[in-house]
Amino acid sequence: MVDPRRTGSAEWADLWLGLDVGTDIALANAVGREIIAAGLANLDFIRHATVDYDAYAATVEKYTLAEAERITGVPADAIRELAHAYATAPRAMLCWTLGITEHVVGVDNVLSLIALSLLTGHVGRYGSGLAPLRGQNNVQGGGDMGALPDRLPGFQHVERDDIRARFDSAWGVTVPPKRGWNLSLMFEAMERRDLRALWVIGENPAQSEADTHRTVSLLEGLDHLVVQDLFLTKTAQLADVVLPAAAAWSESDGTVTNSERRVQRVRKAAEPPGEARDDLAIIFDLARALGSDWGTPRAEAVWDELRSLSPLHAGMSYARLEAEDGLQWPCYDETHPGELFLHSRLWEQPRRGHPAPFVPVEHVPPVDPLDDDFPIRLTTGRRLESYNTGVQSAGYRSPLHRGESLDLSPEDAERLGIADGERVRVVSRRGSVEAPARIDPVLRPGLTFMTMHFPDDVAVNNLTIDTFDPKSGTSEFKATAIRIEKLPAGAPSA
Amino acid sequence: MSGQEHGGHTRGFELFHIFQELPARSSEIPVAPEPDPTEPVALTVDDRPVEVAPGETILDACRALGVETPTLCHAPNLTPVNACRVCVVEVEGQRTLAPACSRRAEAGMVVRTETERVRTARKVVLELLGSSVDLSLAGRHQPDGGLAGWMERYDADPARFGPAAAPAEAGERDARPTGHHHVPDGSAAETVAQPVKVDNDLYVRDYSKCILCYKCVEACGTDAQFTFAIAVAGRGFDARISTEWDVPLPTSACVYCGNCIGVCPTGALMFRSEHEMRAAGTWDESAQTVTETICPYCGVGCTLELHVQEDQVVKVLSPSDSSVTGGHLCIKGRFGSSFVNEKPGR
Repeated sequence: MVDPRRTGSAEWADLWLGLDVGTDIALANAVGREIIAAGLANLDFIRHATVDYDAYAATVEKYTLAEAERITGVPADAIRELAHAYATAPRAMLCWTLGITEHVVGVDNVLSLIALSLLTGHVGRYGSGLAPLRGQNNVQGGGDMGALPDRLPGFQHVERDDIRARFDSAWGVTVPPKRGWNLSLMFEAMERRDLRALWVIGENPAQSEADTHRTVSLLEGLDHLVVQDLFLTKTAQLADVVLPAAAAWSESDGTVTNSERRVQRVRKAAEPPGEARDDLAIIFDLARALGSDWGTPRAEAVWDELRSLSPLHAGMSYARLEAEDGLQWPCYDETHPGELFLHSRLWEQPRRGHPAPFVPVEHVPPVDPLDDDFPIRLTTGRRLESYNTGVQSAGYRSPLHRGESLDLSPEDAERLGIADGERVRVVSRRGSVEAPARIDPVLRPGLTFMTMHFPDDVAVNNLTIDTFDPKSGTSEFKATAIRIEKLPAGAPSA
Repeated sequence: MSGQEHGGHTRGFELFHIFQELPARSSEIPVAPEPDPTEPVALTVDDRPVEVAPGETILDACRALGVETPTLCHAPNLTPVNACRVCVVEVEGQRTLAPACSRRAEAGMVVRTETERVRTARKVVLELLGSSVDLSLAGRHQPDGGLAGWMERYDADPARFGPAAAPAEAGERDARPTGHHHVPDGSAAETVAQPVKVDNDLYVRDYSKCILCYKCVEACGTDAQFTFAIAVAGRGFDARISTEWDVPLPTSACVYCGNCIGVCPTGALMFRSEHEMRAAGTWDESAQTVTETICPYCGVGCTLELHVQEDQVVKVLSPSDSSVTGGHLCIKGRFGSSFVNEKPGR
């Protein structure tokens, strides 16, 4: 378990590496260097299936165990133990979540982990591999369906003429030949006034995006904002038009795709309230208003159209999804059982397709530096019973809900003279919030933690930095520099 | 900077292609390794031959033949604990009756399910449970209709031990010291009857309905949740399921996954919504629909079985044969769906 916090999962781990926030590449490169130095690299696999190993080996050479201990704060022995355990295991998986991706080097963090799997051959085999654990029930499916700036459904690249031609002829339109913007680039485009109208479906960026002040002022500056949601969220309150929507998972039919690429059926169990309507019906009506009649909205028909255009999904009929408890893509035809794991082609003799590249990456510290004014690291994350900005989860009466707090180590609390439950002011270079302090031994000195589950009470994203990874567009939510200020005695508890 | 511009060290190879082309198809479909080939196990049940896979149980053999076998503490997604003994069968050549749910089938086994010994054992088990526990909701999800049918089939008469003793006061059974159980005078049947424990907004514990099958303990522990909030306390007839020191759930280790509710065979553990609707007389299963869908929260993709009455989600279960989590959920999937019920807020 590699995590700056000693979480409940870490309690169960054989080994916990409590690294400093934003030092993942230094750790991964040191693990890679140790595997190479100990002669544990799978050289046969590397020769057979990869390219650019030499460049990788040269890059990681300087990440000695001692150097990694200096950068990451993890004892060298623990890094060595991880390297040897991973390299010598018969099967091994690397799983990660937002602690890897919510950094300005999020993509590089992932590349550093991919390199470890290539180095050891822990990829493309049963029980070995790489797995980003998805935090939302259809974040995998959203990307699969083409909700990415450069992809058509089935991960097909929008800038490939041959692929676009198929979609052009199926849809009877000309698909724009250039990639679009990701979320972060959209906000930059709003700033330039290149983006002036926005249609937001099922997302609450006014509270979920980093640097709330900037986000809200950009949303307010739009010529036209349409929000389609179950609730009148803070974002919806800024909208010119609100389209009340049915709950996609219980008030309409369709599919979602989970973290293991399994396409699963969701089914209507109840009628939506009031004027709320199925997302599909809303989108079809809008198309009609724009002069394009798509007929009667029917989830299965939309899915079958997707199957006709995405080879990865071609074999997944509704009947099969029903009968086989979902299917994992790729599923190329109706006789294909779906695939349990990916990349087995790398092991074939001769190898099929292009080799897998090592992409060497260097450690880069977080963009929001610690200094005398902002000496403490704040990292944000989730709690078990809550979910993102709380639109869904704030309402149920969970005994585990305890509201927002600034969680800090017992050592920091003692040094700063802060009592458990005392309200404090948390200040970053972008803003400040007040919240009760909560002493939590899960945290090490210098590290604090907050969630984004109760933004109406404590707008934690006033603190976070919106500098983002240029490759993924994801902001560095995980590393904010803060200071903690005691409130004057007798201050009203807001 | 876009993905295709990344790197800049593309010796003899264009990283660009990785971003534009899907990986090549494997020539063979990747699957899990085949288990070692094994011979099926042949045995007879009630003089009928049957074959099961190695590792399967007598219960599996019975069900393969359509031999109805009552079970209470058995669940397909839990380790057998052999607590309730209502599934016992006779195995030729063995001194004691065997619990069908856990005894592995062996080659040449001769199993009988309708002998006098088996019928008597099942009858007495049902009578002892029926005399001391509220079984009104027990086994209601079983295909054969559960308790009422079994009582009739085995001619069980729970009333023969006399009238039920007075119910315990709230907390009384939990306070009984281990080893101090009094000898009953025989004038009344011992009972576990006691007030329902209602100490949180999500679920209630009605230990008047508890048959001590241990399923909740297993689901809370190593069979699913690894939380260990509950265990069996006390001994003999005073044994009961308890949090540590009988603290209320909100101060216990409970994480409200509700996997104990999902496996409880008698309705002792129940959604608070169901408990209150039953108390108000508005719980109406004939007016409910049951729909399988996928949890709206994280990327695991647990199957939810939504019980809906008048467009309100009143209970959430998960089928034990779900390929993703085998019927177990977390607090968000189990209880966090009520946001769709908040019609005024929508």
